[in-house]
Amino acid sequence: MKVLVAVKRVIDYNVKVRVKADNSGVDLTNIKMAMNPFCEIAVEEAVRLKEKGVASEIVVVSIGPKVAQEQVRTALALGADRGILIETDQEVQSLQAAKLLKAVVDEEQPQLVILGKQSIDSDNNQTGQMLAALAGMPQGTFASEVAVDGDKVNVTREVDGGLMTVALTLPAVVTTDLRLNEPRYASLPNIMKAKKKPLDMKSPADFGVELKASLTTLKVEEPPKRSAGIKVADIAELVDKLKNEAKVI
Amino acid sequence: MSILVIADHDNGSLKPVTLNVLSAAVAIGGDIDVLVAGEGCSAAAEAAASAEGVSKVLLADNAAYGHHLAENLSALVTDLGKGYGHILTSAATTGKDFLPRVAALLDVAQISDIIKVESADTFMRPIYAGNAIATVQSSDAIKVITVRGTAFDPVAAEGGSATVESLDNVQDAGSSSFVSEEMAKSDRPELTAAEIVVSGGRGMQNGDNFHMLEKVADKLGAAMGASRAAVDAGFVPNDMQVGQTGKIVAPNLYIAVGISGAIQHLAGMSGSKVIVAINKDEEAPIFQVADYGLVADLFEAVPELDAAL
Repeated sequence: MKVLVAVKRVIDYNVKVRVKADNSGVDLTNIKMAMNPFCEIAVEEAVRLKEKGVASEIVVVSIGPKVAQEQVRTALALGADRGILIETDQEVQSLQAAKLLKAVVDEEQPQLVILGKQSIDSDNNQTGQMLAALAGMPQGTFASEVAVDGDKVNVTREVDGGLMTVALTLPAVVTTDLRLNEPRYASLPNIMKAKKKPLDMKSPADFGVELKASLTTLKVEEPPKRSAGIKVADIAELVDKLKNEAKVI
Repeated sequence: MSILVIADHDNGSLKPVTLNVLSAAVAIGGDIDVLVAGEGCSAAAEAAASAEGVSKVLLADNAAYGHHLAENLSALVTDLGKGYGHILTSAATTGKDFLPRVAALLDVAQISDIIKVESADTFMRPIYAGNAIATVQSSDAIKVITVRGTAFDPVAAEGGSATVESLDNVQDAGSSSFVSEEMAKSDRPELTAAEIVVSGGRGMQNGDNFHMLEKVADKLGAAMGASRAAVDAGFVPNDMQVGQTGKIVAPNLYIAVGISGAIQHLAGMSGSKVIVAINKDEEAPIFQVADYGLVADLFEAVPELDAAL
């Protein structure tokens, strides 16, 4: 079974985000970039499926600037077999990303597509579901367990209030939640080997997709700051303040 | 143009967050129809009909919608949604699951997790885990939107008298089916709807120590929450997690016990009206957002708090 994994280059998880002074966006100059953490979990899940003998080939795809090759190479070092980068310097919104991925799905015909549930930059949580809809596939979003069983996949999903398991007919789309697995680190020999794995460079035009965005970001601001309040000496003072000052209990 | 709101419900009853989504719809302006899709969900439809500001309730009662499977629900909403200017639902896990499919099938963008309506086409939403707030404008003919419930005050649950219209529109894609669910059983209020939330972090040291917090929560009628550190350490189940990757809460009172205040946690609770922090480390970042901070050993402070209530 062929598995397609989509990964995104985003700001590193540990970097403190700063809004630009002119409110045009977030300052990304000289900022450390990395693979989106939910995408790392997606790659790891695909590699585990291959180790179990369920997956036969893992194709990893990314959409972004030329330097996003780094993230595709990282996925190759983690165990993906070949990579595709759809190169563009333009902003790619979820629907356009889904259309590009749909075109890749049409070419590659994977049985399973795994994506992160959201990217930690735009926090949209859309692309996997949009791809599933465009490709006419069922979806298992926010997965904490994935079990392929013949022509079906059972996906346990993290939903409000607990867990829900659905059975999907393959081919299907799965989006990963945090507890699906703990991604491994790439070993040095695997990083060296990944340099020789095939990486196809494509453009949106190769797939006939026009990057026409319907959402315009008018401004980006810092969230309202909360300021530190007071320190209370003991529980008695705390309870008194909550009752008589804040009036919340 | 009119607005279609897809109700959150568990078939038996309407979830309160629907009233918050209706409030966002009122802010946009226009006639508001509510879709209640489920199985055996007529009581939820009746509840939606009495909510303030609703013109009409559409009831799609069929086994195909019983478990809110995204494939079936999105086909129904896409079919109905073509006649509306806006389609709204809450940014809870059901809405996050099915609504992007609707947007894709209608060939429009989705605006996720809005916290403010600026105008009928312009909305504010958090990005980068709440570290920045973006104002976005949509040029799509149909605006497909998920709403962060805690950012909007609810409309009144009573006072409306909308008609309920039954639909016989059955969309069953047949490609997905419900297998099972494991829902946490609790008599406490739901985390995202509670007036008071008591949360524990890594400082609680183990799951048993959370019983101390439960006593306090029960005296206050509060919901229980936890930081990601406490969840990852296995102290409590993951549905209790408050933060960027868990639940976003904005109660009147949030009591953080043994929580250091990582940025991902703050993203999930900094909308709370009053924040109390109890932590023995006076340098903990949680104190920078707390209205009332108590530097103390929680194992002494929590039983004292329990006794004082």
